[in-house]
Amino acid sequence: MARIVILGAGISGHTVARYLHRWLGRQHEIVVVSPNAKWNWIPSNIWVGVGQMTEDDVTFELAKLYSRIGVDFRQARALSIHPEGSADSASPFVTIEYTLPAKAGQTDTVAYDYLVNATGPKLNFGATEGLGPDAGNTVSVCTATHALHANEKLQEVIAALKAGAKKTLVVGTGHGTCTCQGAAFEYIYNVDHVLREAGVRDNARIVWISNEYELGDFGMGGVHIRRGGYITNGKTFAESLMVERGIEWITRAHVKKVEPGRIHYELLDGTFHEQEFDFAMLIPPFAGVGLKAFDKAGEDITAKMFAPSGFMRVDADYTARPYAEWSAADWPNTYQTPGYRNIFAVGIAFAPPHLISKPMQSANGTPINPAPPRTGMPSAAMAIAVAKSIRDMINGADKPTHTASMAKMGAACVASTGSHLLHGTAVTMTVFPVVPDYEKYPEYGRDIHLTFGEIGLAGHWMKSMLHYTFIYQAKMLPGWKLLPD
Amino acid sequence: MSKVINRDPYEQAFYPPRPTWFTRYMRTSLLWQFVRFIAINVKMLKLMARSHD
Repeated sequence: MARIVILGAGISGHTVARYLHRWLGRQHEIVVVSPNAKWNWIPSNIWVGVGQMTEDDVTFELAKLYSRIGVDFRQARALSIHPEGSADSASPFVTIEYTLPAKAGQTDTVAYDYLVNATGPKLNFGATEGLGPDAGNTVSVCTATHALHANEKLQEVIAALKAGAKKTLVVGTGHGTCTCQGAAFEYIYNVDHVLREAGVRDNARIVWISNEYELGDFGMGGVHIRRGGYITNGKTFAESLMVERGIEWITRAHVKKVEPGRIHYELLDGTFHEQEFDFAMLIPPFAGVGLKAFDKAGEDITAKMFAPSGFMRVDADYTARPYAEWSAADWPNTYQTPGYRNIFAVGIAFAPPHLISKPMQSANGTPINPAPPRTGMPSAAMAIAVAKSIRDMINGADKPTHTASMAKMGAACVASTGSHLLHGTAVTMTVFPVVPDYEKYPEYGRDIHLTFGEIGLAGHWMKSMLHYTFIYQAKMLPGWKLLPD
Repeated sequence: MSKVINRDPYEQAFYPPRPTWFTRYMRTSLLWQFVRFIAINVKMLKLMARSHD
């Protein structure tokens, strides 16, 4: 019997657990370690952040589900990986610290035959002075709890607007190296929507601020789509959406510091500016969760297994090269770590070999470029590939049998711009592949037939359908295996 | 003679395309959006099929 330990129970970690349980049943032991008691369908946090859904609508208890299917769930955070074991243990293991209230602070070791690092990101609010809910100046929608708090603050602003006050709301990214612009992009339109529904939009000034070179970059270098007889950059549509809703925008911005009611930012041209606000939702930059690694002798090998950002090195080509020499082939295929055949990293936890958007830095040397997105559909695709590989390796294969390169897979993004069954709309966007492949698609780097975008009610139906489908699937209710990931 | 209302300097909102009433209507037309819903589903399924090894 093999024991597979999965660190993290987000979209990628839980997907690995679901599929390994499906294929391996109870013949092998699956252990999931997550500091969070609940699974969260993160895309719908946007609706929690504007008061159109509750926390219960987007989360469910993990312990109950894993108990039902026979997966060993440890509510704990992973501290370190010991891939060669230790002086006292011949088997590789991880050390964990419980976050379960009854065992909070207790540490333990969990031996493994296969390890999947799906720990997701550390929300690195500390990278920008004054950023985030703890500092108290800005809100976030990165977790369901954050989104609830964001909605409380938003409702206070709406109440003030109803009383006739004029308010400025700022939404975007809180650092020059942020990713996840899509979440902020969706949130700003939902804020606009709820202000209109409350009849107070005329009293509000809404401003977008981001580290994108142009609107619509999303950390993927933007997209080109076929529309109206032209092949047009997504920037055109992103700007059109902003103009249609009376939203202003600031791009190429690195937020340096946030004070109560004031954002200090630097632009790519090296100039410094301030933006006043009454409400601000700014996404933080991501970092690895701070896992350490030690060899058998107890020597720290963290720098060997992890990139400086804290994300785990996998089978990517991390050779430092100038932008002109970057290639789609640099991106990982199997997500197996070099040196340890039984360790994999998926989702945000793996270290990308380089940016997807073009690297930029200001005249003062400040990097202002979005980091690559690794969430949603790509997370699930790589999780399934890794689950298949582990299944096959347990059954005798000597190396990973499946691949899921972001340079060979697509991604879909549906961003609601107002939630209503008949009057709501959403932006539906797909790209193929996520990482442009200029050798295969020389002009735009992507398959123009599978890369498209449009705005309409159909997108809103799609977004609602995805919400209910993926939560149903994640709960592993009858027939979940028939649903596509 | 219509009243001239735009005497402002060029600004951000001057340049991007704005949807016409017809475009806005089609975005929420139930019949057309049902067609688009089917089309988007087909495209996404193709995308998923190409994305999984």
